[in-house]
Amino acid sequence: MRERIVITGIGLTAPNGNNLEEFRAALLEQKSGITHNELRHVGKVASGLCDFEETKYQKKKMRKRGTRAGAISIYCANEALASAGIDINEIDRSRVGIYLGITEHGNVETEQEIHDLYNSHNQDVSFWSHHHNPRTVANSPAGEVTLNLKVTGPHMTVGAACAAGNMGLIHGLHMLTLGEVDLALAGGVSESAQTFGIFAAFRSQGALGENENPTLASRPLDKDRNGIVVSEGGAIYTLERLSDAEKRGARIYGEIVGYHINSDASDFVLPNAERQIECMHKALKKADLTPDKIDLVSMHATGTPSGDIIECEAVSSVFGQSKNTFINTTKGLIGHCMGAAGALELAGNLPSFNDGLIHPTQKIENIDEKCNLMNLVSDGPKEHDVKYILNNSFGMLGINSAVIIKKIENNNI
Amino acid sequence: MSLPNEKVREHVLDIIADIALDEDLDGIKDEETLREQLDLDSMDFLDIVMELKKRHQIEVPQDDYPRLATLQSCVEYLGPKFN
Repeated sequence: MRERIVITGIGLTAPNGNNLEEFRAALLEQKSGITHNELRHVGKVASGLCDFEETKYQKKKMRKRGTRAGAISIYCANEALASAGIDINEIDRSRVGIYLGITEHGNVETEQEIHDLYNSHNQDVSFWSHHHNPRTVANSPAGEVTLNLKVTGPHMTVGAACAAGNMGLIHGLHMLTLGEVDLALAGGVSESAQTFGIFAAFRSQGALGENENPTLASRPLDKDRNGIVVSEGGAIYTLERLSDAEKRGARIYGEIVGYHINSDASDFVLPNAERQIECMHKALKKADLTPDKIDLVSMHATGTPSGDIIECEAVSSVFGQSKNTFINTTKGLIGHCMGAAGALELAGNLPSFNDGLIHPTQKIENIDEKCNLMNLVSDGPKEHDVKYILNNSFGMLGINSAVIIKKIENNNI
Repeated sequence: MSLPNEKVREHVLDIIADIALDEDLDGIKDEETLREQLDLDSMDFLDIVMELKKRHQIEVPQDDYPRLATLQSCVEYLGPKFN
């Protein structure tokens, strides 16, 4: 029997909260974190920015040297350890692994260097920063965490487009199961809201969420939606083997009992219902559960018409007969936190195990008839005894992920 | 004509202040190495070199990096390079 892996700590920053309590309260109140912000070349865009204290856990010099993604990661990792009651000075740092999902990394820094090259340095590349390479290597956010915490175990980022948040968790689970580490700091981060390129590309694709009222720019499942709102954020979990967590009397937020990753192999950007269905079914199979045992499905739902409709088709196919399975989405309130999305949206739902509430999606004025799912929670929090959550997270190049978390009884968040 | 030593020292300290952001530079001793007094590493010295180039158009060849070891040696080395 494989090791049972549990979540014992959560550190996060979202556009509407800088810890689990604030984030959960905002989601229950349907409080949006999306605002209008000016961005080079693209002008005013709706986006979700985080206002956590960057130098709470790192020196100013290291913040300046590092990256926004690194700052998010360091903040979340330290908050996760504090939430888990783990003093990093008291454990074997060589047995800690850092596994962070990212959608992309380095675009913010590269855009800035090119901007300076053309606008300040007359295209003289001798002014190009020596910090460029360490800032833009793909492992950078995870590496910054090791430097900050003096962790000497393995670190890596897991590139998986917008499925990356779930992927970080799954990778952490694998490494614990294999016995490679005793503690995994795993999840996802994104600084994408600081780069103009991603907004410009979504606009060119006809997939950028825009509205005169920024809080209405991200409206998954609503007939009047028009695309994705790019946001930044992070969610990092402490993962441990159940036996280790119990030994130290840890508070347990939930157990990862099922997961699956697969690929569409069909299109660069368009999702594939058949593969999403397969992904959810295989996650259920690993968890040894039937669909009706799932109390809550947290949808990926980005707010693009095609993405929402295809996922609704997939969710209906798997859970259409499950009368006790409720559905919610999170991106209407925080936007699409890209590499952080899966991990962050799961975190916002985990307190359901304790408070018996399912947070609503954003207020939906006109439901898209093709998205009118049975048991969609949208008018306000829904009381329900939640024991299992399935968290969907999908990404470009056709990567799908689903994670299933089980409530551990007699353990309070 | 080179700048007065005091002005060169001020320019160098301005650069260091923007790099060693967490440090108090008030009691810095001119004749002791910067590394012994401040939490500076090789990337910080590259930052100093880059800022000299950006702010004052002064190029410091790699062979001359040891000349930036102390505030005093910085002033002696950089003084003639300031216009």
